[in-house]
Amino acid sequence: MTAIDFSQKTVEMINVVKKFGDFVANDGINLTVHKGEVHALLGENGAGKTTLVNCLYGLYHPTAGTIRINGRELNVTDPNVAIQNGIGMVHQHFMLVEPFTVTQNIILGRETTKLMGILDLSAAEKKVAEISERYGLAINPRDKIEDISVGSQQRVEILKALYRGAEILILDEPTAVLTPPEIQELVMIIRNLTQEGKSIIIITHKLHEIKQVADYCTIIRRGKYIDTVEVDTVTEQELASMMVGREVSFAVEKKPQKRGPKILTIDNLVVEDNRGIQALKGLSLELHKGEILGVAGVDGNGQSELIEALTGLRTVRSGKILLHNKEITGALPKQIIDGYNIRTIPEDRQKRGLVLEFDVAENLVLETYHKKPFSWRGVLNHPEIYQYADDSAKEFDIRPANPYLTAKSLSGGNQQKVIIAREVGNDPEVLIASQPTRGLDVGAIEYVHAALVEQRDRGKAVLLVSFELDEVINVSDRIAVIFEGKIVGTMAAEGVDENEIGLMMAGGTS
Amino acid sequence: MTLDAAALKKKFLSGSIGLTLISIFLGFALGAIVLLAAGFNPLEAYWVILKGIFSRPKYVSYVIIYATPLIITGLSVAFALRTGLFNIGAEGQYIVGAIVAAAAGYFFKLPLILHVIVAVGLAIIAAALWGGLAGYIKARFGVHEVISTIMLNWIALYLSNFVVTLQAFGKQGTGKTYAIQSTARINLLSDWKISEAGIEFIRSHKMLGDVLKSPINVGFIFAILLAVLVWYVLNKTTLGYELRAVGFNPHAAEAGGINVKRSMVVSMLFAGGLAGAAGAFQVLGVSHRIAKLAAMEGYGFDGIAVSLIGNNTGAGSVFAGLLFGALKYGGSKIQDAMQAPTEVISIMIGIIILFVAMPNLIRLILTIKANRASN
Repeated sequence: MTAIDFSQKTVEMINVVKKFGDFVANDGINLTVHKGEVHALLGENGAGKTTLVNCLYGLYHPTAGTIRINGRELNVTDPNVAIQNGIGMVHQHFMLVEPFTVTQNIILGRETTKLMGILDLSAAEKKVAEISERYGLAINPRDKIEDISVGSQQRVEILKALYRGAEILILDEPTAVLTPPEIQELVMIIRNLTQEGKSIIIITHKLHEIKQVADYCTIIRRGKYIDTVEVDTVTEQELASMMVGREVSFAVEKKPQKRGPKILTIDNLVVEDNRGIQALKGLSLELHKGEILGVAGVDGNGQSELIEALTGLRTVRSGKILLHNKEITGALPKQIIDGYNIRTIPEDRQKRGLVLEFDVAENLVLETYHKKPFSWRGVLNHPEIYQYADDSAKEFDIRPANPYLTAKSLSGGNQQKVIIAREVGNDPEVLIASQPTRGLDVGAIEYVHAALVEQRDRGKAVLLVSFELDEVINVSDRIAVIFEGKIVGTMAAEGVDENEIGLMMAGGTS
Repeated sequence: MTLDAAALKKKFLSGSIGLTLISIFLGFALGAIVLLAAGFNPLEAYWVILKGIFSRPKYVSYVIIYATPLIITGLSVAFALRTGLFNIGAEGQYIVGAIVAAAAGYFFKLPLILHVIVAVGLAIIAAALWGGLAGYIKARFGVHEVISTIMLNWIALYLSNFVVTLQAFGKQGTGKTYAIQSTARINLLSDWKISEAGIEFIRSHKMLGDVLKSPINVGFIFAILLAVLVWYVLNKTTLGYELRAVGFNPHAAEAGGINVKRSMVVSMLFAGGLAGAAGAFQVLGVSHRIAKLAAMEGYGFDGIAVSLIGNNTGAGSVFAGLLFGALKYGGSKIQDAMQAPTEVISIMIGIIILFVAMPNLIRLILTIKANRASN
């Protein structure tokens, strides 16, 4: 099964230290990768995984330590040196020119030319098609980037690295942007690559993916090297404990449900997306007090539009939204927040959730700054605001507990805590949580789930929208499956068949 | 002890004030090179400028008069920038404020203080609407404020030139309007200055008398008050909170229930009103009339520079405005004293802004230096 050639060490990073000023991002990390090996780098957000591979790819220069490529010591001064030595990197955020074709993007910077510097596109296209064929990437060299899916764009990035002769491929959180079927395709591609003798370094904090694709795993915690383990010999639980440094519970602790009366009704909702195409095509849903209703589905089936319609950010074309049987369709965001007490944890915390340049305290009062005690007659009461922020930081364990820090300077998990403190702290009737754990590590996920369950146990209603099926099943009381702008099925979460939901998410009927 | 000094230095360099001061220093240094290249002794030139600013009370008074409109247009640009809008239209709003102040000052017959209040108030309202129009166009139709305010600048300029040609308002053949009534003027002791007692006083009191030789007016006091107002509104009020939230991240502000479109209009109303006040104080305190203009005077455009040098804050605008006013006034003297071109001053101001806009470059230069020193 595995294609590892233990006689050839392709990457050796020995005792690598990287400091930014006084901050030690990498403190003596060791990493050895063999030919044909998939090596996972595991760590919490901000543990120093990306810093380490950036040292390997020449984006950072290590403060101390040795890097050997194929047994030869190498001073990776910049990415060009890395590329020349067969190292390729696929970043979390793609570096592609949208209006260009696949081939144009791939040859960018090292164009093949005929006489007189005329671009030889057809030769390049042929080579791109060849590589795509060989590794099963299923990429048409003439497609424009803007016309292909995110998963395909990622494969173009892989192709670009291979085109430049990469033997060692670094994938930075490659599954963060992918749908479940696309993840499976990526797994296949990774297998194809190792069969051909490539080495893969994959950064992730998703444990089951490590179990699925990786041969070895190196764990980093707060910049320190913890251990390197053979993946087959450890459980997900053990990996999680090593990563966080304490026991982690995967199971969401829930008391028996006390389901209350119906509170929110969505009736035959029709909403258009930004391009004017119907994203919700008559969606209906009911939410009760004391329950968590999970909306399961693949990204792009109308989830974002549903949330935006519910929060007053997007116009409803037809259909109704009722709260306590009172119509609230078309209400403004302010009415929905203040008047109806519906609060939202938005899917994109840096875009919709936080004003990154504001400090923690200012972010905490984003929806209440105009009310007593935070202001009176239009004048802000700063002592009250910072006192409240101090209390919130303690209650919701926001670290560091300094209300004067800008939101930008917090880690992803703590940014999410600020949002949760704001939304949950205002004691909402209905809490809408969209992708609340995206990009968070196990410890932070545990925290977010507990916060949602606590709302439900207090008799409030929670609407959870997530692309992670596991999350929906574990946290929810009831599950609604969304497909192409409609709810195609609703069921109790307990004892649900994962395959059945998976099929419904893909548009199949059960 | 050395550790303390190092920490202090670090703090100084990481702060915006330190970087601004270094930028100003670099501006002077490069200005010296330009002067040298043009064949003039830079030290002599800077000495002339320095003397031209500080050697007589009258000069200082002139610097303040020069600085007043620049401070206020700087505040206008700073206010808009802090709320995420680039008010290139301060120039046009200034012109509109000047037209209205000149008209109200000439046509209305009102008692002393009331006349000033009415003239300034109307000028602010008109300019606020002029600025608010750009905000409305952006909120309603999505037209970028840089485009709309540039267009509105030209409309304001030609409107001003048109108004000067009107029979009732413009003094025919002079290209100027009639002077405003004395009740609308904000100069200090202007009537008394030309009375016998006043002339006697100026002659006998060296310091104060010298100051009174300039058209000293109360506009500067208002400029300071407006700077305080801008600081207060932005940092202490819910309105300022909303505007800043929209400026930093309109998406999050919208999701938080803030009316983003309304904020754009309000911000431009405020910015326009400020620039209009600059125009009004200039007319009521210095020019007393408006004249046909071949090109824009640049008070609004200079405001952009003042705002940038002042790090888009109220207090910063006051200091940057004073620096700007001093350089403009003092700089004009190297022409007479040394036959050196005053354009050098414009080049210097340009260089200062360039460096202010590149704080990272300065940090880089300084860290390279520090590294070399430590090696």
